[in-house]
Amino acid sequence: MPEPRHLHVGVALDGAGWHPAAWREPDARPNNLLSAGYWVDLARRAEAGLLDFLTIEDAMRLQSDHPYHPDQRTDRVRGQLDSVLIASRIAPATGNIGLIPTVVLTHTEPFHTSKAITTLDYVSKGRAGLRVRVSARPEEARHFGRREFAEVDPRRRDQPDGVALVSDLFDEAEDYVEVVRRLWDSWEDDAEIRDVATGRFIDREKLHYIDFSGRWFSVRGPSITPRPPQGQPLVAALGHASRPYQLVARSTDLGFITPTDQVSAAAIVEEIRREESLAGRPHGAVRVFADIVVFLGDTPQKAGDRKARLDQWAGVKYRSDAFVFTGTATQLADLIEDWAIVGLSGFRLRPGTLPQDLIQITGQLTPELQKRGIFRQDYEEPTLRGRFGLDRPANRYVTA
Amino acid sequence: MSKPLKQIHLAAHFPGVNNTTVWSDPAAGSHIEFDSFTRFAQIAERGKFDFLFLAEGLRLREQNGLIYDLDVVGRPDTFTILAALAAVTDRLGLTGTINSTFNEPYEVARQFATLDHLSGGRAAWNVVTSWDAFTGENFRRGGFLAEDDRYSRAQTFLQTTWELFDSWLGDEIVADKESGVFLSRADAGHFEHRDRHFDISGQFSVPRSPQGRPVIFQAGDSDAGREFAAATADAIFSRHSTLDAGQAFYTDVKGRLARFGRRPEDLLILPAATFVLGDSDAEAKELAHQVRLQQVSGQTAIRFLEQLWNRDLSSYDPDGPLPEVDPDTGEHTIAKGRASVRMHRDPIATAREWREKAAAKKLSIRELIIEVTGRQSFVGSPGTVAGAINDLVQSDASDGFILVPHITPGGLEPFVDRVVPLLQERGVFRNEYSGTTLRDHLGLGPPRQATARQRVAS
Repeated sequence: MPEPRHLHVGVALDGAGWHPAAWREPDARPNNLLSAGYWVDLARRAEAGLLDFLTIEDAMRLQSDHPYHPDQRTDRVRGQLDSVLIASRIAPATGNIGLIPTVVLTHTEPFHTSKAITTLDYVSKGRAGLRVRVSARPEEARHFGRREFAEVDPRRRDQPDGVALVSDLFDEAEDYVEVVRRLWDSWEDDAEIRDVATGRFIDREKLHYIDFSGRWFSVRGPSITPRPPQGQPLVAALGHASRPYQLVARSTDLGFITPTDQVSAAAIVEEIRREESLAGRPHGAVRVFADIVVFLGDTPQKAGDRKARLDQWAGVKYRSDAFVFTGTATQLADLIEDWAIVGLSGFRLRPGTLPQDLIQITGQLTPELQKRGIFRQDYEEPTLRGRFGLDRPANRYVTA
Repeated sequence: MSKPLKQIHLAAHFPGVNNTTVWSDPAAGSHIEFDSFTRFAQIAERGKFDFLFLAEGLRLREQNGLIYDLDVVGRPDTFTILAALAAVTDRLGLTGTINSTFNEPYEVARQFATLDHLSGGRAAWNVVTSWDAFTGENFRRGGFLAEDDRYSRAQTFLQTTWELFDSWLGDEIVADKESGVFLSRADAGHFEHRDRHFDISGQFSVPRSPQGRPVIFQAGDSDAGREFAAATADAIFSRHSTLDAGQAFYTDVKGRLARFGRRPEDLLILPAATFVLGDSDAEAKELAHQVRLQQVSGQTAIRFLEQLWNRDLSSYDPDGPLPEVDPDTGEHTIAKGRASVRMHRDPIATAREWREKAAAKKLSIRELIIEVTGRQSFVGSPGTVAGAINDLVQSDASDGFILVPHITPGGLEPFVDRVVPLLQERGVFRNEYSGTTLRDHLGLGPPRQATARQRVAS
């Protein structure tokens, strides 16, 4: 695999930003978080900065800062829209940026998810992705009433009960992605024939039952929606441990990881490459991205002061699963260059506050990366797959 | 004093996956590319229509064990396409058919509340239930329900989503940057629902949307279905588009409302209707015949016949006489994934009627099917069609119509350009939208709170 000439940079959108006090910033729009205009503005800004993609966080529950139950807090952003629909609402208002919403697979139907992402791919003309996540949270399960999960502190997931739960959830995730992908291929590209002479709209030989049968679900197919423009939209997942890394390596195109430095980034990339190879996939098939939470300022002092003010509002120092960066765009560019050499395709930046840190990313960081010759000057490939040098894949059901 | 003129409500049904849609016409475009949906929606909005309507089917239809290939096949995900259409329209209502059988209340409520937010209050839900294990094969829940259970689950499903919509009152988000108070109450979105079908509790994650909840459509026609609609729906998608049948249905359903403490104007009756326009009535009539021939090819006629006969009739000549053999009254196996199959309650009697009609009028199979499988509702010059629509509405056969063009995406355009102005001249259809939400367009007040909801004072 040749080294990519350019780094890829995506932005992770979530409410008013990732810091719990982000909504109190002067330029925050906490009353607009549920409006289309808010999301369209952010997406257009990200696109103006030539970012590869945006992701949108989602869950089947009200936000909570407690690791495994609701927190009853009233001082943080609460209330959230369905991310697939936000992405679809954004799509006609943008033209280049990749759109990767989040789907909680534990409580949803792979059939619905597959056609929803297909439709997003049609609406965006080939810019759709899908980030899958599992949920072990008991309160989320109670919203559906079909499964029960015990309250397990995620930090104790190395206990036997926790290991079994995690293993089940990720086994199911792999089945789920498999079904979604098979459904994407369940129509051959030229299945719609509109043959007036024979009266046939489709050639039914080019539609395929997927006949998936597994422990959690069986799905017959074919999809009700023709094959998406990209053939296979990109699938992404975030992981912090070995079992999720296996999901990333076996089932996804984009892996989001949370290293704390160059050394840990290298170790995680190596583990994913090993799993990728065990899964029989070509080296580098998965594009690995490091997540970084960013608080940016024109000077280190300004960035630090802003972060300190946010922490003061929140009443606690901000902690994250990802590395927290505070500084200037130039300093961030240095860090990005330093980490990237261990085999990262790029970075998924989590803005500490919106729109402030997104403005810094697109106004300061990407120009700096361009200056260093490691970021695109313009969008070249119209599809999200194309942006990663991925061809439109052959359909698994087409027999030569 | 004469009765004031009723205002007509008009909606545009995106052409569906049945033989009403003529895909073989040179003007017919894509049924899946977003540009088709955009164009269709923008034509409807230019005509000041109340809303766009999307049907849904969660498994491709089959006949004789094979995927049915004579009609349009394939459609997008309902929610996703409606959210995108919200970006290319400003006022048009966005009505999606969503099956309650293969979904859970929390996710459906979340999606509709989101669509309502993202469209500024234009979301509507046509609530349907499914009956077949055939469709269930695509879902983790399977989904087969006995007929009685279907209504009971659909009813509690809808009730449960209302409780979720109503779990936020609309005043919870304070977002006071100064004091740091974002929410006025920690229990915002709290809900608890326990019955035979759903045992769920927790906090709903989408704050109250502009319309409070989406406009609710039903299509039920049975007694139970009408009762369900009278109790809960804002509008009925009916199939009674003629004067007599329309008036009978209208009187029956509107008459049920008082028992639920509702006024006649709280529930709109909107039948589906097709149309063919011509410069003259004679020209329109000729065009309508041509459209019928396109809609019912010889092959399509045989497939229709098979749906009643419940047998393989592929060896019959569509231009020949009807089969002598009677329908197979055993388990219905020939056609799957179709609502119409269930409508033939007594196949033997219907077959007898069809044979008698064919004999009396000397009709071939194809001619008979053209005759019995529906006809264009409105055929004529723009003036004739405008008059017919207005007459039906003013004589309480309906409150308006959901128009189903037979060409995608441009089939609605002649209606918008030629009939709508005539209705506007008569003062029975809006010249401009007067409100921003679909509830505004339909003249519906704010939604009633779910009856089962009891908020504990905090």
